[in-house]
Amino acid sequence: MRGVLYTLGAALLGCATLWQATDGLRAVTAEGARRVSVARNPRPVPAVPVQTMQGDWVTIAENGPALVEFIYTTCPTICQISGGDFAELRDQLVDAGLDIPMYSLSFDPENDDLEALLNYADLHSATGDPWTAARPREEDLKGLLRTFDVTVIPDNWGGYEHNVAVLYINAEGKFAGAFDTRAFDQIQSAVESGAS
Amino acid sequence: MMRWGLSAAAFALACGAQLWVAADPVIHMLVQIPLLAICGWLLPLARWEVPKEAVGAVLILALVVGAIWMLPRSLDAALITWQGHVAKFVTIPLFFGLPLALVWRHLGPIIKGFLKCQSISMLLFLGFLYTHAPVRICNSYLVDDQVRLGHGFALAALALVILWLIPVFASPSNRETKGKFHEFSHIRH
Repeated sequence: MRGVLYTLGAALLGCATLWQATDGLRAVTAEGARRVSVARNPRPVPAVPVQTMQGDWVTIAENGPALVEFIYTTCPTICQISGGDFAELRDQLVDAGLDIPMYSLSFDPENDDLEALLNYADLHSATGDPWTAARPREEDLKGLLRTFDVTVIPDNWGGYEHNVAVLYINAEGKFAGAFDTRAFDQIQSAVESGAS
Repeated sequence: MMRWGLSAAAFALACGAQLWVAADPVIHMLVQIPLLAICGWLLPLARWEVPKEAVGAVLILALVVGAIWMLPRSLDAALITWQGHVAKFVTIPLFFGLPLALVWRHLGPIIKGFLKCQSISMLLFLGFLYTHAPVRICNSYLVDDQVRLGHGFALAALALVILWLIPVFASPSNRETKGKFHEFSHIRH
């Protein structure tokens, strides 16, 4: 009888632990965990300047609300797809009358000079308003990647693999949401609820 | 003494494997983590007699810790944060391998069979997931390596099937059946 009680107690504790470890069964991957975590506890974004493709310096954290995604322009695959998705997102937001700056931020500022950024933007119809490509300073990169939980690992072909998402920065300059690049409606409602 | 040595050797090998875990999920998941579990399983502490009423609770502890270390986010955490790193080296030997060894001999054949089947089907499930997932499951690993890990899971499942099937066909159970048959026929006399 005591044994049954102990086992039941352990089972309850075990379920609670697993519930905790998966954020209520919502996140089994690190990417999922990031999305749950920032939605619950928005994180302050470091107030560091980034250089846009036109050569201006802006501080995204002071320019919120804003949308950001991390790319590198020599990326042959996923950044090009996410660039296309970002263009569709821009069209939808503009059509909805939402005016929010969008940044494609390079995590490879050493190779991505302004010309490379302009080419990438041109390829995806980013005109600089509301969507521009930009790059941080080399020394700020690590802090930005840590804040946004972006993991970049070199692949075997001279490029990188990295977790891709559309990142939402709210009016207080806090990282408050991470979404699939095609979750347009979800992103739109996040922007709308932030604007009101 | 012997078991201390073997346990320490498994731990040392697991520490050595650390050199490769950041680059290769197969080493991480199918070499280092099993070595840590073996380290705990071999600890001489495993000879402690667990009170009968605690067996279920201890088994659940092992299963929960095992389940947590099957979550892709735990692997990422072990690579990215130092807390995750330390947790891996502490919890897998002490809260997975050791408790499993403590209760294993107290478990009935049905529970044992259930746990073995569950391990095999879970490995096959993970194998399917890692070879077919359209996205990267771990931020720290490349897609190609993820597929390789999937194949590794499937091979591990196959290895366990073979390992656990041999005794079924080998002598002990046959002898048992014969013995029972003998008794049975004896009663009929």
